[in-house]
Amino acid sequence: MGLLDLFQKTRETSMEMKPQEDEAVKVVKCKGCGAELKAYAYGKNLYVCPHCGRYGRLLARTRIRQIADKDSFCELFAGLAPADPLHFPGYAEKAAELADKVGMPDAVKTGTCRIGGIETAIGVMDSHFMMASMGSVVGEKLTRLFEYATEKSLPVVVFTCSGGARMQEGMFSLLQMAKVSAAARRHSDAGLLYITVLTDPTTGGVTASFAMLGDIILAEPRTTIGFAGRRVIEGTIGQTLPDDFQSSEFLLSHGFCDKIVPRNQLRETLEKLLRLHCMPKGKKRQVRL
Amino acid sequence: MTEKPASEKMHIIHDVKRPMLSDYIEELFDDFIELHGDRYFADDHAIMAGVATFCGMPVTVIGHRKGRTIEQNMDANFGMANPEGYRKALRLAHQAEKFHRPVINFVDTSGAYPGLGAEERGQGEAIARCLYEFIELRTPVVSIITGEGGSGGALALAVADRVLMLENALYSVVSPRGCASILWKDPKREGEAADALHITAQDLYSFGMIEGIIQEGQSNAQLIRNVGRALRDQFAELAAVPDMETLLQKRYEKFRKIGVFRQINQQENEGV
Repeated sequence: MGLLDLFQKTRETSMEMKPQEDEAVKVVKCKGCGAELKAYAYGKNLYVCPHCGRYGRLLARTRIRQIADKDSFCELFAGLAPADPLHFPGYAEKAAELADKVGMPDAVKTGTCRIGGIETAIGVMDSHFMMASMGSVVGEKLTRLFEYATEKSLPVVVFTCSGGARMQEGMFSLLQMAKVSAAARRHSDAGLLYITVLTDPTTGGVTASFAMLGDIILAEPRTTIGFAGRRVIEGTIGQTLPDDFQSSEFLLSHGFCDKIVPRNQLRETLEKLLRLHCMPKGKKRQVRL
Repeated sequence: MTEKPASEKMHIIHDVKRPMLSDYIEELFDDFIELHGDRYFADDHAIMAGVATFCGMPVTVIGHRKGRTIEQNMDANFGMANPEGYRKALRLAHQAEKFHRPVINFVDTSGAYPGLGAEERGQGEAIARCLYEFIELRTPVVSIITGEGGSGGALALAVADRVLMLENALYSVVSPRGCASILWKDPKREGEAADALHITAQDLYSFGMIEGIIQEGQSNAQLIRNVGRALRDQFAELAAVPDMETLLQKRYEKFRKIGVFRQINQQENEGV
């Protein structure tokens, strides 16, 4: 029928937070304070440590569960997997190993969902896969997501996190920055909303492209966000940098993000922002002047 | 002709006798007038930009400046631009758009400056904005990578209708030294990293990432003449593009097509 038929959809089933049997007894250690946390309660607390407040890094699927309306996520472009265009030493093995371990073929999950009833195109990067570095797959999936959203007149929400461009794909990685930014630009020129949520860590080529291009830029508290690596900067200027350097608080005070939103308010905040720009299908805005 | 490996070219492009931005401007353009400042914060000497004529045609020229002597190097921060440099470039690109002048970018940088002030003033945002604006800039843009094409700091000036590289130029996502340090914890293996990264003009041409390679010839004079000829050829070709929409669509598609990946059975993917 047309171009859109190329984009196969997979309907996901159960989205609810089901307590896993083993999770009831499983104990995880907080990477911040070392406190032993019951996995189930930790999950219920959105993976924020109740003792020190440290934000755990989320799997993409967990993030989607926290944000999307129940059962509303439809994954798009799930079948894209990394190739090894440069035959870079060790890359193919590492990618295959992680695909197994993390349960996704590369570092981003894309699809559509509803947030507060509003149909939204969503992309979530996952730091568990090669620190969510951006190679061809990440670039291609996000580009397709923007193109799909432009075609369907949908808002886009992207949760960013990334160590930067994926070195193992060389220049194929660098040019993804231009590719995704170009698609984001066309989406914007169509008058559509793009929200980025910066999560820990958002650095390098992702910061220097689509992460900084949202109409509205949100960030989780105490997130590392920057362009150059902290150690590289320390090495260049020959001094130690303050603790809050390149944190979301640092970005906010320098004017590079709109709002810091605690994890337990993210869904609600996104919902409000989306409602200011779009309405759920079939509903009309009631304006009483 | 056998091509030199990237590890060898790394040394060639750092030769101080190699032509640099001011040489290209002096030899190839008439009536160059440098324009300064980003109108927000400062004038970044790592980026030089201005207006001139090229073969009688008004153009805007933007490029990385490195300098030749140590004083010049320091004044230009060794060609590593701060956010205000990219914002100056963007201001002048928009000015070129307004006055229907083509833009010519000369890229030669080890990368955007990794500094405290750069982060405070939004280095990431400045580069992102260049990508976002150059892709839809309503005037022809030609970029030439003359020496080092260092990562995002180079890409910011290389979103163009035509990207050309000099025969010995390199264009890389990460400095070979940085790559070796991160992956192998051994910066001394930079030569090996340079070759593994596939960063030569010949590599990039074979990947379809650049439109042409400019031969350097036997002398600087010849090199600069070849650059001039390549620019003329590119503009002659771009003049044949029927309208602005076609130009922009082609520019979009040029970047859109880049990427290598596999399509796997979705069942292999566990999903949410």
